[in-house]
Amino acid sequence: MSDELLDLNCKELRDEIAAGRVKSNAATEAVFEQIDNYEGKVGAFLSTFKKQALAQAKQVDDKIASGGPVGALAGVPVAVKDNMCTTFGATTCASKILENFHAPYNATVVEKLLAADAVIVGKTNLDEFAMGSSTENSGLKKTVNPWDPGRVPGGSSGGSAAAVASRMCFAALGSDTGGSIRQPASFCGAVGLKPTYGRISRFGLVAYGSSLDQIGPVTRTVADTALILNVITGHDQKDSTSVSEQIAPVCDYLEKIDESPKGLKIGIVPQLNEGAEQNVQKAIGKALEVYKNSGAEIIEIAMPHFDYAIAAYYLIATAEASSNLARYDGVHYGYRTPRPNDYIEVYSKSRAEGFGGEVKRRIMLGTYALSSGYYDAYYLKALKVRNLIRGDFTKAFESCDCVMMPVSPTTAFKIGEKIDDPLQMYLSDVYTIAANLAGVPAISVPCGFDGDNLPIGLQILTPAFTEDKLLRIARIYESQNQWHLKKPAVIK
Amino acid sequence: MAQLQYKAIIGLEIHVHLCTETKMFCACALEYGKQANSRVCPVCLGMPGVLPVMNKQAFEYAMLTALALNCQISRFTKWDRKSYYYPDLPKNYQISQYDLPLSSNGFIEIPLEGGRTKKIRIIRVHLEEDAGKNLHSAKGYSQVDLNRAGTPLLEIVTEPDMSSPEEVRALAVELQRIVRYLGVSEADMQKGHMRFEPNINVVIDKDGKDCKTPIVEVKNLNSFRALERSVTYEVTRQLDEFAETGLVMEMGNKTTRGWDDANEKTVLQREKEEAHDYRYFPDPDLVPVEVSDEWLEQIKSRLCELPIKKQMRYVSEYGLSDYDAGVLTAERPTANFFEEVVKAGGEPKRVCNLLTQTGLRLANEKGCSVAQLGIKPQDVAELAKMVEAGRVSASASTTIFEKMVETTKTPGDIAEEFNLVQKSDEGELEKIVEQVLSENPKAVDDVKSGGKKSKKARGFLVGQVMQKTGGRANPKVVSEILARKLT
Repeated sequence: MSDELLDLNCKELRDEIAAGRVKSNAATEAVFEQIDNYEGKVGAFLSTFKKQALAQAKQVDDKIASGGPVGALAGVPVAVKDNMCTTFGATTCASKILENFHAPYNATVVEKLLAADAVIVGKTNLDEFAMGSSTENSGLKKTVNPWDPGRVPGGSSGGSAAAVASRMCFAALGSDTGGSIRQPASFCGAVGLKPTYGRISRFGLVAYGSSLDQIGPVTRTVADTALILNVITGHDQKDSTSVSEQIAPVCDYLEKIDESPKGLKIGIVPQLNEGAEQNVQKAIGKALEVYKNSGAEIIEIAMPHFDYAIAAYYLIATAEASSNLARYDGVHYGYRTPRPNDYIEVYSKSRAEGFGGEVKRRIMLGTYALSSGYYDAYYLKALKVRNLIRGDFTKAFESCDCVMMPVSPTTAFKIGEKIDDPLQMYLSDVYTIAANLAGVPAISVPCGFDGDNLPIGLQILTPAFTEDKLLRIARIYESQNQWHLKKPAVIK
Repeated sequence: MAQLQYKAIIGLEIHVHLCTETKMFCACALEYGKQANSRVCPVCLGMPGVLPVMNKQAFEYAMLTALALNCQISRFTKWDRKSYYYPDLPKNYQISQYDLPLSSNGFIEIPLEGGRTKKIRIIRVHLEEDAGKNLHSAKGYSQVDLNRAGTPLLEIVTEPDMSSPEEVRALAVELQRIVRYLGVSEADMQKGHMRFEPNINVVIDKDGKDCKTPIVEVKNLNSFRALERSVTYEVTRQLDEFAETGLVMEMGNKTTRGWDDANEKTVLQREKEEAHDYRYFPDPDLVPVEVSDEWLEQIKSRLCELPIKKQMRYVSEYGLSDYDAGVLTAERPTANFFEEVVKAGGEPKRVCNLLTQTGLRLANEKGCSVAQLGIKPQDVAELAKMVEAGRVSASASTTIFEKMVETTKTPGDIAEEFNLVQKSDEGELEKIVEQVLSENPKAVDDVKSGGKKSKKARGFLVGQVMQKTGGRANPKVVSEILARKLT
């Protein structure tokens, strides 16, 4: 029974619950049973809220029993990445410096989930402050890939992707600054969407690179991504960078999900794809065949500045991070060194003891990039490159509806393989970073497996605020294969 | 050593708290003197994941002030982060404006002695958020109060166009008058609403060659007195230092000094405290502000006549002295009230005397403005007319003014009720004068004999008439009668 329940997707489960055929309580119990069975192996969660979740489930069940209206996620157990503030539990960002931080406010997306009657089961692991591509930089917990426990789940939203893949929740929220939703979704065989910058409120999302950060869903199907997007999207007065709905109207992303766009033109950059592993290249090639066979036209496009994306990203993101993370100083909240000799030591020791290595590396990089005398050569130059990359996309979208490429040059790599070589780790973001720099939406859709039975992801990018089209394009592929239904090794 | 020929060069950076309802980037109320950390929220505490949202009222107040300072308003302006670590700065960066301030290139006209004015150029006016306050205890620890953190703060930077401590003070006072006129700040020095940082150096003529001393910035002055005295002190100190060391201005030898109020001198601050690299960069949490034509026009329409213009107009149009005009225009409600009284038919000089001599004293005693004394401009105009017409004496007008404040009666009724109407009837007064003259033959002789005693004796006779009339005789009429009788 519980396996059958767990195999439902969000949409199906929500409809069953709303119709009174399935109790949210049963779904929630099933999820916690799954957590009891597999969390020990996977390590996806930093905290779980069984008591609260069951109480929420009961509320929804009661509402339905009394015939009241229920929300779009009525009774569906979901998880959120632990860099989104919640009034319940801690919000740690997987950092020792915030290990015991309890926010007095909910992130706007959390409010929206709750308003849609979702049941929040727990908060998922991540690379500390979302800085990393493997979740190995978590200061609090190790998460493994459900397809191969010797491998990383990707990152930084590794906990969210692993939890979704191992059926420990029906969907999860992640955040994506340079690929942090799409890459772990790809590594774990899930669907992951980074929406357009400004589409979703960042209020309550602990900032890493503010001009790049965007919250998005990790789900098992494209339709579920549309469903979650419906719930969390929209303008928020608390976030000045969230776009007004007059400029970019929101729509029901689920409504027309199965309407395939006609005369689809897909842009590809052949030399770019050649940078990926053979297995990955092959899977992308096959995916493109599926589109061709359904009537799409594949055209070659140029992205002349794509090669500079990583360099620009690691200057802009770290510069913003160096400033965003300045507030964790041991003075007002969070970790404070036990016996400082003066206030300077409150800062230096609290930060030295509270932050992990990668966070320190990025703070130093960013501080350097913003320093007087270096600003023009680094930060300002990176902003110029960012504009050029935006221009590349604008130009590309004049001749095609979407761009397709791999999510990652490799499938999930081994734990420990890249952790001592930051440059190699940074290069694993090569395909995902450009979407953040340009602000455009991008999705990762499962598109096959490599020789080691590890999932591969297809990345699709469309112009800003065309998530509706993006999801429909992704759905074309998903509707013609079963990759997304396969279950990972850990839970078999 | 011979007296040095020199000229002081002084520029000023001024911070002004804006009196908006809420803070610059959050909805916390702006209230002074409340319990520490009771006017805070996650945003002004800099908690994880929170975001700033610009206070439009603060931006409009800033635009209004910039317009009053004759600045050009930028049609595109943005927010930048200024990074430094200090416990009173929760995010360890301050949201400020760096390379695209909301306005620039203005000037302020300041009043100098004798009705002269001088234009001081303004480099820029920009908006930022204030920090909190560190409270240092004697027990070896400090506490942080963040009620002030996030208060909208206007930064105004002048060119070094001032050349004396008096000019610096005049600018500070004039600016206070302007922001109060505009209603954008209470500019209460006691509450730290205005803070000053002068940049000072001197150019010394040494053997026909100009030598500039290194620039000194004096930090955080919060009274006009401290501002003026620190500049005075610093000019002298720099002259002395130059005489001793011959040190001149070079790249990088600008220093920062603090003001020791108790000992009335400036003190060098540690070099470490000024070796900042603020690492400015655009704040990605805020969107740039674009100022449309309509918005700018709307703000322009809120401008009022500036105090110095009013002051000059009072002198030229009403014939008031520069001093009186300055007193009346110090506060906008007072000036407005004055103008209403004049509009109601009061002769400006009489009205000025009534308001500056009696009205302001009463207002001061009550701790309010003249406009808040509860008297009608029409009644004050009426009182002025009564004085003008000789119906009441100047001294009686003071009494009447006081009664007007205490009651709701008209000046005419008060004058009648308290017997304050002057006797101006010539026939009646002539009889009294004759009686006085017959009772005081000695004084009459003295007057008639002329010479030294004459003036005193005449005064005595007038006094006798006043005594017999209970002080109500019109002194002008009495003098005329006396003059006629004693020639």
